[in-house]
Amino acid sequence: MFEGYWGSVAIFFGINVLMAFSLYFPMTAGLISLGQGGFMAIGAYASAVLTKSGMPFWIAVGIGGLLAALSGIVVGIPAIRIRGIYLIILTLGFGEIVRVFFLNFAFTGGASGIGGMAPYTNLAWVASACLLTSLVAWRHRYARMGRAMIAVHADEVAAQAMGVNVVRAKLTAFAVGAFIAGVAGAFYAHYTLFIDSAQFGFLRSADAFLFVVLGGIANPLGPIAGAAVVTLTPEIFRFLQDWRMTFFGALLIAVALWRPDGLVTAIRTRQ
Amino acid sequence: MTAILQVHEVSKRFGGFLALSNVSCEVAEGRIHAVIGPNGAGKSTLLNIISGVISPTSGNVAFVGQEYTGGRPDTIHGMGIARNFQHVRLFKGLSVLENVMIGSDAQTNAGTWSDVVDFVLPFRPGDAATQAHEALQFVGMGKQGNRAIDQLTLVDQRRVEIARALASRPRLLLLDEPAGGMSPSEVQDLTGVVRHIQRAGVTVLLVEHHMRFVMTLAEWITVLDAGRVIADGVPETVRRDPAVISAYIGTSA
Repeated sequence: MFEGYWGSVAIFFGINVLMAFSLYFPMTAGLISLGQGGFMAIGAYASAVLTKSGMPFWIAVGIGGLLAALSGIVVGIPAIRIRGIYLIILTLGFGEIVRVFFLNFAFTGGASGIGGMAPYTNLAWVASACLLTSLVAWRHRYARMGRAMIAVHADEVAAQAMGVNVVRAKLTAFAVGAFIAGVAGAFYAHYTLFIDSAQFGFLRSADAFLFVVLGGIANPLGPIAGAAVVTLTPEIFRFLQDWRMTFFGALLIAVALWRPDGLVTAIRTRQ
Repeated sequence: MTAILQVHEVSKRFGGFLALSNVSCEVAEGRIHAVIGPNGAGKSTLLNIISGVISPTSGNVAFVGQEYTGGRPDTIHGMGIARNFQHVRLFKGLSVLENVMIGSDAQTNAGTWSDVVDFVLPFRPGDAATQAHEALQFVGMGKQGNRAIDQLTLVDQRRVEIARALASRPRLLLLDEPAGGMSPSEVQDLTGVVRHIQRAGVTVLLVEHHMRFVMTLAEWITVLDAGRVIADGVPETVRRDPAVISAYIGTSA
């Protein structure tokens, strides 16, 4: 059923859902990142190198995610001390550092990129990962750590005074998000079968941001809805393809004006 | 009576402004102890230092004989000191019950591993939700758990904040102007709640403007004026203290 063109759309949609969740977790703790493309690149390159040297796909995906998570913690340690525009600049800088690193890193092909991966990624893999991530996000929303992150987002001083370990909540949010971006990158590398650093630049990070801002973070349906709108609209309305960024720019302004919490707002608290 | 909290020669300087100057006082275990004083006397600053939200410039604070000056607020909370805020600081995005659960969560919180366990095995008996619900019942908000906090009146928000502090089962409860904005009958309800809290074995340190509320409840009063302790004793003595009358009661009553 999902083969050829629509199969490909479905897989890119799934990868985008993962990228949306990669930003959803940091955002629930009030951390904004414009560097998720960097974590995706780390997962993509690491898994590509590993499967090409004969490692089973699922282990390579896991290691790609873990390496991204590790770099998430490294970036997170300075990031937890700053907020707002400064945090955006820091994560933006991180994304660029990763991109330029892979542009010049001869071991992974430098500017000519890396190709020849086996086509391991299929819809079953991507759909399972999306389903699992959604379940984790849903459980997380009503688990202690999820509550703590929302509390930190709402009022850091009060959260800490109520016993929340703010540093741990923020670092966990960053690391979990980076892990998911790394997994998304691994799926991406084994679907496009060729990666170079340009594919993980600012626009990739901005896409993730667009998904989450459009969908909102009030509950885990938000990132899915955001990714769906951005991925599927240009496919259904072909004429929009050339006007993609213009259309989403306008949509972003509309959401910011009329639904600042995103398209999917809190279900439980609005009864 | 043994002292549960000892404040020893605490000073706090904000730039050129000395908010607290060599403040010392002791809070006896099991008491309702009030800190009063005119606006800008340093009452909230003192509470912020005790709860670790800010660090003193000099001096130290000790809880059950253990010095903890400069400790992190979440660690201090873990020792058994919980608080509310003068300007309500509840968490938007969480329901009333979830707000209170942040307080009860802290009790079972033992690091990342315990977070993972909590994630995998939800809804354990006697969990955070049950404790939070009990705390809400304690302040008379037992039926409002599912509401959003911005649907509540300011007075109910204050009650939720007290519940959130109680949910961690503290030994010392710090209340910063809990009667702010309350009508006389609401103040009376609050008086009952605070007495009930004391009977449950919790020591209460109260900062308050509302004189009738303080005089009905407090068993011990420390009076601050311009960052200094000008009186310290039982209400009857404090009430008659000439320094207090000229600094505070004389001007407001």
